[in-house]
Amino acid sequence: MNILVIAEHDNANLKGATLNTIAAAKEIGSDITLLVAGSDIASVISEAQQLNGITKILNCDNDLYKNSLAEELSNLVVSLASSFSFILAPATTFGKNLLPRVSAKLDVQQISDIIAIESEDTFKRPIYAGSCIATVKSNDAVKLITVRSTAFDPVANDNSDVPVESVEASNSANISEFVSEELAKSDRPELTSANIVISGGRGMQSGDNFHLLDSIADKLGAAVGASRAAVDAGFVPNDYQVGQTGKIVAPDLYIAVGISGAIQHLAGMKDSKVIVAINKDEDAPIFQVSDYGLVSDLFNALPELDSKL
Amino acid sequence: MKILVPLKRVVDYNVKVRPLPDNTNVDLNNVKMSVNPFCEIALEEAVRIKEAGNAEEVIAVTVGKSESQEQLRTALALGADRAILVETESLLEPLAIAKVISKVVEEENPDLIILGKQAIDGDNNQTGQMLGALLDYPQATNASEVMLDDSNVTVTREIDGGLQTLKLNKPAIVTTDLRLNEPRYASLPNIMKAKKKELTVKNVNDLGIDVSPRTELLSVELPPSRDAGIIVESVDELVDKLKNEAKVIG
Repeated sequence: MNILVIAEHDNANLKGATLNTIAAAKEIGSDITLLVAGSDIASVISEAQQLNGITKILNCDNDLYKNSLAEELSNLVVSLASSFSFILAPATTFGKNLLPRVSAKLDVQQISDIIAIESEDTFKRPIYAGSCIATVKSNDAVKLITVRSTAFDPVANDNSDVPVESVEASNSANISEFVSEELAKSDRPELTSANIVISGGRGMQSGDNFHLLDSIADKLGAAVGASRAAVDAGFVPNDYQVGQTGKIVAPDLYIAVGISGAIQHLAGMKDSKVIVAINKDEDAPIFQVSDYGLVSDLFNALPELDSKL
Repeated sequence: MKILVPLKRVVDYNVKVRPLPDNTNVDLNNVKMSVNPFCEIALEEAVRIKEAGNAEEVIAVTVGKSESQEQLRTALALGADRAILVETESLLEPLAIAKVISKVVEEENPDLIILGKQAIDGDNNQTGQMLGALLDYPQATNASEVMLDDSNVTVTREIDGGLQTLKLNKPAIVTTDLRLNEPRYASLPNIMKAKKKELTVKNVNDLGIDVSPRTELLSVELPPSRDAGIIVESVDELVDKLKNEAKVIG
């Protein structure tokens, strides 16, 4: 049962979702190889060498993979695929962009966004924005899978000193090029890995009012998120979006402020350990999933909460 | 320039989908069907490119049952010039759909293919990327901005940490995210005109490709439910509960 996990990283550090993906791989088998492809990735390799649960690291250090272009990276993964019966990637924008391209080249029907492993060919995954959970059996000889990171606890760092093997780059597809990247700069934790998330919805009324959340987030060490309604209304950028079409989060504490609780939003946060809802509409569906509800005008409740933390 | 927009008939966004009583599948009896919302965004983008004078023709294509003609008529009312239905009675998986669309691409030779990043039924997020692999075309998924010049398409994409801009050789594949545009509504005159536009029906069996399923759906269940908790009376009580009962803040 040879399993290949494709690491997501930024050429300096591994992304957290890689650790959850390795955890999912461990539920399938024990022979796990991690592919790290990028440019100038020595620090990523040494970080990966410490991880629990992997038996080997494939290092492909080449400029071609600097920006994780799917056209290039998919060729590399396809060139390595014959040694593996499972290929896993995180169900992040990185993995979602890459893995279907590999699947089609290998003539495999990928299983997306799994939340549980029933057996080596059977998996659970959410469908219809999380309204239902499907149990799906794959009959392909090779399984290609993206993993929802919130469903698997990350593997630990146990100073294991995993062996590294270098692999050759593939021929360049040379049909796309990277132009630029504009990454949101924030001192706060990333949404998908934060222990506490505070999100605003349409009830925030404007982007300016999100500073009411910022101040509380800073005191709690929380990340700030938003509902799709707040993104659609232009209050905040799309990378704030929590929900089926945005990010899936499962922090210890999720505070939903001025969010009514549409199914598409719930799909992105209902696995949080503790959910708090602050909304002035006592009939808002968000109260049906919250552990603690506060029926109050957020413009009164937020400054008070801020002052009491 | 020619733009192909593959789209999908799905359960309407507002329908609350439930499993069948025997848990063999979801219950789709008598529910409203619509064009997948991300596909509407894709069509809107194609129509805007044409309206800006940068494309001559927009073709909508779908793979599905005969009823999918309804969604193609909607696409024609929204500005597509003609439509193609590749008819099949079975529900195809993304890989099979990508194979069918790649055959349509071989016939039509579009310069640009714009489609939704995912359909809101299976939530797979695969078809565009698979089509890219089958055709060896470059891809830009989760697009929030599309700019064209003679030989390239430059796309800004929504990625987890922010935005990324890529430049693709044409022909290229773009999949749409929410903020790319806000789709229009079809006007009554355009709905009338759409009835006279060309809609070609082909059969999937005539394409000579293997579309047999690779996966089996074993069961469909409701997700574990979450019970409602308590309503607190004040911010003080909330802070107290979070500190001393849930112990999630210090």
